[in-house]
Amino acid sequence: MCRIFTIAMIALSGFMTPSLAAQELMDMLDDQEEETTYAVNTFFTTRVINGQSVENPYPGDLLFIVSHHFGRLNQGAYELWGLDQATIRLGFEYGVSERLALSVGRSSYEKTFDGFVKYKLLRQKSGARNAPVSVSLFSGAYLKSLRWPEGSDFEFKHRMSYVHQLLIARQFSRQVSLQLTPAWVHRNLVPAVDDPNDFFVLGLGGRWRFSDWAGISLEYFHRFHEPESYETHNSFSIGVDLDTGGHVFQLHFTNSQPMFEPGFLTDTRGDFLDGDIYFGFHIKRTFSLR
Amino acid sequence: MIMLRKLLLVTFMFMFVAQSLAAQVYLTRNGTIRFFSEAPLENIEAVNRQVNSALNVENGEFVFRLPMRSFSFEKALMQEHFNDNFVESHKYPNASFQGEIPDMDVLDLTSGEEIDVVVQGELTIKDVTKPIRETGTLRMEDDTIHGKAVFIVKPEAYNIRIPNRYTRNIASEIEVSVDVTLSPQ
Repeated sequence: MCRIFTIAMIALSGFMTPSLAAQELMDMLDDQEEETTYAVNTFFTTRVINGQSVENPYPGDLLFIVSHHFGRLNQGAYELWGLDQATIRLGFEYGVSERLALSVGRSSYEKTFDGFVKYKLLRQKSGARNAPVSVSLFSGAYLKSLRWPEGSDFEFKHRMSYVHQLLIARQFSRQVSLQLTPAWVHRNLVPAVDDPNDFFVLGLGGRWRFSDWAGISLEYFHRFHEPESYETHNSFSIGVDLDTGGHVFQLHFTNSQPMFEPGFLTDTRGDFLDGDIYFGFHIKRTFSLR
Repeated sequence: MIMLRKLLLVTFMFMFVAQSLAAQVYLTRNGTIRFFSEAPLENIEAVNRQVNSALNVENGEFVFRLPMRSFSFEKALMQEHFNDNFVESHKYPNASFQGEIPDMDVLDLTSGEEIDVVVQGELTIKDVTKPIRETGTLRMEDDTIHGKAVFIVKPEAYNIRIPNRYTRNIASEIEVSVDVTLSPQ
């Protein structure tokens, strides 16, 4: 009895040997380590609309950014709803490393030069290692180069403003990303004695990506301090992002005329609900230098 | 006691079977697959060095599996678009091939020469499975088997949609080169 069983086993194993199915062969490839997947394309580009996003240029990539805000829509037909006027900013952003980006730019608004660093502190990831959000630190310096009025005794330091922001973003799905942006703006010079030099602002931005190559963005900045001597508003913008591969086009409507941080965070003069709305766009071209 | 001896015998038998299975399988986890796209505006090349492959020399069965995310490109932005927009590697993390070398039983690898072979089976990219039949070469060197093949893949056939504006940047036929060095398992 025992012997019959053994023979049966041998016969059976003889049958089994050559019939190692392709599927079994495939299974032999399966024991792979779980990898870490980083969130990509939380936003299409380095800005949500006017404000910064958690995205950086890739290392070795140079972005050339042309930004344009036309005049206010509510100026009517004579000004072609604002298209007769324009404020521009030209900027470069460079990805130094996986985490660090540097930028310089120049705006026609108050002839402002700007420079900033953006550093990725944390990247949203899943898999072997996990992080629910991406966090970046942003620090910028701004120089208003507009000539002083004749006979004034302002110094160089009065030209400067500074902005520090924490960018906290989460990609909830491929479609939906949200970003919280606490910001601190310091202006060395303000128009009146009673106006604060420091402003705290909280930004909320979001993107809904309705196709692989396009999305709708919203952005709102709430100020916790306001100047006394002149009227400003919270910045609100809505826009469309179109990614064409090498270029990203961002078309938007906003009540902020300036396109640099202290400008739109604390010096938004337009009232969105009164029709003080500027149509504008950013065009980004990526050059790979490496 | 008899029960125990029977059990031992059966166990040995299974070990023997397992042993013989292992001996006929050649395997790698770091094979290379490159692809090359030639278009009027630019040429794009990407390489994946994490290709898993196994060949059963007994019956010619041949399989591949590769993580799509492991293709590296010269330009990082291309890599992002490849993964995020074209092959959607978040949804379809792997590509695979499951097939055979039908002539395996008549091939003589021991000569050390490069031998032309036909490989046929099913290629799966983005969950689309298509039968393919391509030629390649096998060469045995010491203990290892080198396998090479070059063939054309049409992205369109595997549900990889390339917008019209890219027709001058991305070819509609992509040249794929496979290069694996398989070691006995």
